[in-house]
Amino acid sequence: MTVESTAARKPRRSSGTKRAAGAASARKTAAATAQPHDAEPQLVQLLTPEGERVEVGNHPEVAEFAAFVADVTTEDLRGLYRDMVLTRRFDGEATALQRQGELGLWASLLGQEAAQIGSGRALRDDDYVFPTYREHGVAWCRGVDPTNLLGMFRGVNHGGWDPNGNNFHLYTIVIGSQTLHATGYAMGVAKDGADSAVIAYFGDGASSQGDVMEAFNFSAVYNSPVVFFCQNNQWAISEPTERQMRVPLYQRAQGFGFPGIRVDGNDVLACLAVTRWALDRARRGEGPALIEAFTYRMGAHTTSDDPTKYRADEETAAWEAKDPILRLKAHLLASGGADEAFFEELEAESEALGKRVREVVRAMPDPDTMAIFENVYADGHALVDEERAQFAAYLASFEAEEGH
Amino acid sequence: MAAVKMSIAKALNESLRKAMDTDPKVLIMGEDVGKLGGVFRITDGLQKDFGEERVIDTPLAESGIVGTAIGLALRGYRPVVEIQFDGFVFPAYDQIVTQLAKMHARALGKIKLPVVVRIPYGGAIGAVEHHSESPEALFAHVAGLKVVSPSNASDAYWMLQQAILSDDPVIFFEPKRRYWDKGEVDTDAIPGELHKARVVREGADLTLAAYGPMVKVCLEAAAAAAEEGKSVEVLDLRSMSPIDFDGIQASVEKTRRLVVVHEAPVFLGTGSEIAARITERCFYHLEAPVLRVGGFHAPYPPARLEDEYLPGLDRVLDAVDRSLAF
Repeated sequence: MTVESTAARKPRRSSGTKRAAGAASARKTAAATAQPHDAEPQLVQLLTPEGERVEVGNHPEVAEFAAFVADVTTEDLRGLYRDMVLTRRFDGEATALQRQGELGLWASLLGQEAAQIGSGRALRDDDYVFPTYREHGVAWCRGVDPTNLLGMFRGVNHGGWDPNGNNFHLYTIVIGSQTLHATGYAMGVAKDGADSAVIAYFGDGASSQGDVMEAFNFSAVYNSPVVFFCQNNQWAISEPTERQMRVPLYQRAQGFGFPGIRVDGNDVLACLAVTRWALDRARRGEGPALIEAFTYRMGAHTTSDDPTKYRADEETAAWEAKDPILRLKAHLLASGGADEAFFEELEAESEALGKRVREVVRAMPDPDTMAIFENVYADGHALVDEERAQFAAYLASFEAEEGH
Repeated sequence: MAAVKMSIAKALNESLRKAMDTDPKVLIMGEDVGKLGGVFRITDGLQKDFGEERVIDTPLAESGIVGTAIGLALRGYRPVVEIQFDGFVFPAYDQIVTQLAKMHARALGKIKLPVVVRIPYGGAIGAVEHHSESPEALFAHVAGLKVVSPSNASDAYWMLQQAILSDDPVIFFEPKRRYWDKGEVDTDAIPGELHKARVVREGADLTLAAYGPMVKVCLEAAAAAAEEGKSVEVLDLRSMSPIDFDGIQASVEKTRRLVVVHEAPVFLGTGSEIAARITERCFYHLEAPVLRVGGFHAPYPPARLEDEYLPGLDRVLDAVDRSLAF
């Protein structure tokens, strides 16, 4: 991996002066002529890395998407900012808890807050989310208590929250599997005649999985109300996107017969806009869409990973300048959308969240030994019953010995 | 309705029709299951009567079929998936093993996965490669799945009803060479338990345990043995997960000898597990080691060799003789 080759993957808008010519409509996207694979694709951006709103008057190509956030108030922007800050704080706390031995593993979302909060806040309560294992920000938007996400990383369960409680499915670790579940769920939504939508999260690495292609194809064939939201964070553990694809990912949708769009994944407003656009299409029976949120994994793949072995500091530094939280803070400060008191209050809230997360994790009990045998089947199974009884008797034999 | 004589294929078709009639959440999905009615016509006429929304011709992608069936189950549907042939299930094996089997446990029981995966299996139809395999042990080995196989028309009807009603994922192996065998089906009967074995011929000297296509072979072997004065009991296991060890034990405590027969390779097959468990449970009752008759540790052979590869009457009787000679 060289610095030169990562430069080729820089989003065009980072130059600041070029037009943010996103795919302005489904029709246009579908009709887009194929580009050479090394050409820099264009992406939708509504808030520059410097925190300036992109003027629709100067960039008519983003008007269609900007219309989906025309109702966003300053208070909403503060809300998005708060979501991102608290999510980052929670994430940092979890990384620290792993270092302290309280968690076995953690998959950090650092750098991807805008993609997750922007898309997550586009959803309605009746929509359904199929996440990977890194969607902590989306979980936050769905109202899943962040401490619920930590059980599987501590090793006390494999998820365990009620997926139907917040319409937020369990984290899926096998890469790409959940895109098919989302598609099937969306097929069911359509059969029910509901106007809900489904969103499937996945990453650039997952885009190589056959299941993801099959999900694209099934959803296109059945015109299912599902949005495929890919966070292209540039790295699948140690493998760069050049090892996953030869054409920009969003262009793949064209071959399946639905629109694909690349959005600045570090721009929370643009992510909110394009996700609302895609969900709206799905609700209106126009079928699936693919969103490629162009972002960057600022941290390691997981706490078991060492990114210094495969990527250059310069690349990470270049992305730091595009930080999703800093750019919204700059915007809020410059526009007078928030004052110092807001940031101070948020810092206090953030501290309180960190403290609560630490306390809950440290108090999280190990499951009962016999939980091994629980919920293997819904209707029971003779072998499980037999092994449970045998193991209980085995354990009881030690208690009997101790009793003597 | 009194008992009616019909083929296993027809019984499966009637069973699917009954389930579709009873519960609007039951869906059928698979390749060619619509207009064609499936390559074995098991879903014949169902799309015509229930529509394309409920009898769904899918893209030719097994992982996609099972993966979307999981999503539909999460939405409250009860998909009955058809895999066209045994050897084609493996693209879906990942979804079945990593997702379908485990999701109920991962959610601590808060969601259920009532998905039935129907798989025509087994050989003896003169087919090309990948059309004659018996992969049931690969599924029985996975906690979270239930695995069954009917041997006759009545069980085909009732076991499929019960599989569809089950809140657990069920892998439903259909003995394709027996599809056209006829038997009495009483659709008003009260069915037995899905996972219980059934004595289909009583005997005193030895127990032959089999399921699916091999039950018929074992019944023929028992009849042949009877002519030689040997009293052989035949047990239709019906379920490979869970296995009715109590039922097998009861038979073996009576006959003291057990031979397990299946088309699948013997090595680490269903028979291996039964041999181990029954040896533990019936050690002092057994007069001979539990013997297994089945396929070899070789790829399923070209059709011109399948009569030699598959356990037939003579191979079963050879095992009966070896057991009785102990």
